[in-house]
Amino acid sequence: MTTATLPDRPIPRQPQPEEAIKGRSLWADAWRRLLRNRAAVVSALLLAIIAIACFGARWFGPYPIDDIDWENISTPPSATHWFGTDENGRDLFTRTLYGGQVSLMVGIVATLVSLVIGVAWGAIAGFIGGRVDALMMRTVDILYSLPYMFFVILLVVFFGRNILLIFVALGAVQWLDMARIVRGQTLSLKRKEFIEAAHASGVTNFNIIRRHIIPNTMGPVVIYITLTVPSVILTESFISFLGLGVQEPQTSWGVLISEGAKVMESASWSLLFPAIFLGVTLFCFNFIGDGLRDALDPKDR
Amino acid sequence: MLRFAVKRALGAIPTLFLIIAITFFMMRLAPGGPFDKERKVTAEVAANLARAYHLDEPLFMQFGRYLGGLLQGDFGPSFQYKDFNVSELIWHGFHVSWKLGLSAMVIAFVLGVSVGSLAALRQNSVIDYATMGVAMTGIAIPNFVMAPVLTLILGLYLRWLPVGGWGDGDLAHAVLPVAALALPQVAVIARLTRGSMIEVLRSNFVRTARAKGLPERITISRHAVKAAMLPVVSYLGPWTANTITGSVIIEQIFGIPGIGRYFVQAALNRDYTLVLGVVIFYGAILIFLNLLVDLIYGWLDPKVRYD
Repeated sequence: MTTATLPDRPIPRQPQPEEAIKGRSLWADAWRRLLRNRAAVVSALLLAIIAIACFGARWFGPYPIDDIDWENISTPPSATHWFGTDENGRDLFTRTLYGGQVSLMVGIVATLVSLVIGVAWGAIAGFIGGRVDALMMRTVDILYSLPYMFFVILLVVFFGRNILLIFVALGAVQWLDMARIVRGQTLSLKRKEFIEAAHASGVTNFNIIRRHIIPNTMGPVVIYITLTVPSVILTESFISFLGLGVQEPQTSWGVLISEGAKVMESASWSLLFPAIFLGVTLFCFNFIGDGLRDALDPKDR
Repeated sequence: MLRFAVKRALGAIPTLFLIIAITFFMMRLAPGGPFDKERKVTAEVAANLARAYHLDEPLFMQFGRYLGGLLQGDFGPSFQYKDFNVSELIWHGFHVSWKLGLSAMVIAFVLGVSVGSLAALRQNSVIDYATMGVAMTGIAIPNFVMAPVLTLILGLYLRWLPVGGWGDGDLAHAVLPVAALALPQVAVIARLTRGSMIEVLRSNFVRTARAKGLPERITISRHAVKAAMLPVVSYLGPWTANTITGSVIIEQIFGIPGIGRYFVQAALNRDYTLVLGVVIFYGAILIFLNLLVDLIYGWLDPKVRYD
């Protein structure tokens, strides 16, 4: 640690008036530690490339999403079709990119929904405490004992196959852990002096939660986000694999894997490529999550 | 401890009730009905069907009727399978599913703990890096990818194993689904075990055990392993849920007539009673297993007190 940080720590001198000594915040510190974690950095880069490629599928995809090449039905990878074509003659590279769009969107939107509900729920329960806390956390316990996958299937049945509602529904079942984590943090925070000071100077409860509690719970929350995104992507793939997810001509990695699995005897490439994309994405999120944990919580190392 | 168990069991009643209520009303308010088939029936037949299954009553009365039946252990008739009632169907499916789930869990536990401990004992060696690398891959590959790939290699290319079906649960048919269900869990458990084992090996009581001259084998098997199991055991609850939910997919892929398959079919066909029955059944199992986990936790960690 000492050698690596030396260049950034100049020999102490009189601070000039215009350049006050800058304290390093938790986040700046964590950021530096994260950048030193090679696995996390490589994963982040890889993920960025995948995300850019998927969301830019309109420009990077060599063909439109439902373009049918009648000359090449179910052909193996070639120069014209890098990942081969499916049994309808559609370019698999293009479809993998478009599928990634849906899968990543599901992950991000559902995670945001779970973030908002979970953080608000946990912070309020922990901060108010007493009966409200007991009631709110009891609710979490009850929702927790719903058989997760069955509940997701029920939600899909309930909302039909509206992709936007599925995002929201997935977020709505993913916030439980988030609420628990934030509540735990809040409980230990609310006895701290600076919260007391805020109380004493007449800051309202709402503002204390918003300005002092929530920002201080962000460390574990960020780590947990990197775990929620892949788990939502995985859930969406589950649903799609069961044939309950997004519908033609839209696609997702789960749908592609499911289609690929059906024809894998004759066309193994149509299982292989979407599976690799999904696997690599999940892999990257895991590594980034590990890296963030090490970076934000150095005493754990 | 008995008081704790009884208290928890009683606490489960409102939980179960809410699970039933949520499932009941979600299912009923969902669009579509059990008799919406492609072939339209006449209005008269539809009305008769609705009356026979009490679907024409107000929703709350139906809910009351359902709860009343439930108290007498009656899950009601299935809408989809005309000749069976729900309890028979659940029993039929569970009969297959528990074998699948339990064998996968036992294998995942034994293999995961051994591999994880081995990696921890040889920390930073080639074995450690190799097993953890494999474990990372195992976590990143979802079981609905694992299953087709295993089938492709072992079933289709090598022709060692049948590619689908369950037979009568004989070994040849069971290997692939059990493996596909267990392998991702092996990876998770191995990682958990390694992490906690490394911590435990550095702790004071292990140093004491070594200092008083216990052989390394006994130090590990009698002292370290037990303490290192704590995080693994607390993972048992969600893990069981994963094995169960994972089996929905696995049963679908391999065409195994288990409870997960019934559930998906039932949800799609709006077989209200079957859906409810399965959710209640699994809800109860989950609650029971979570209680079991808490009790095991107390046995492993003397610091845990029930109150």
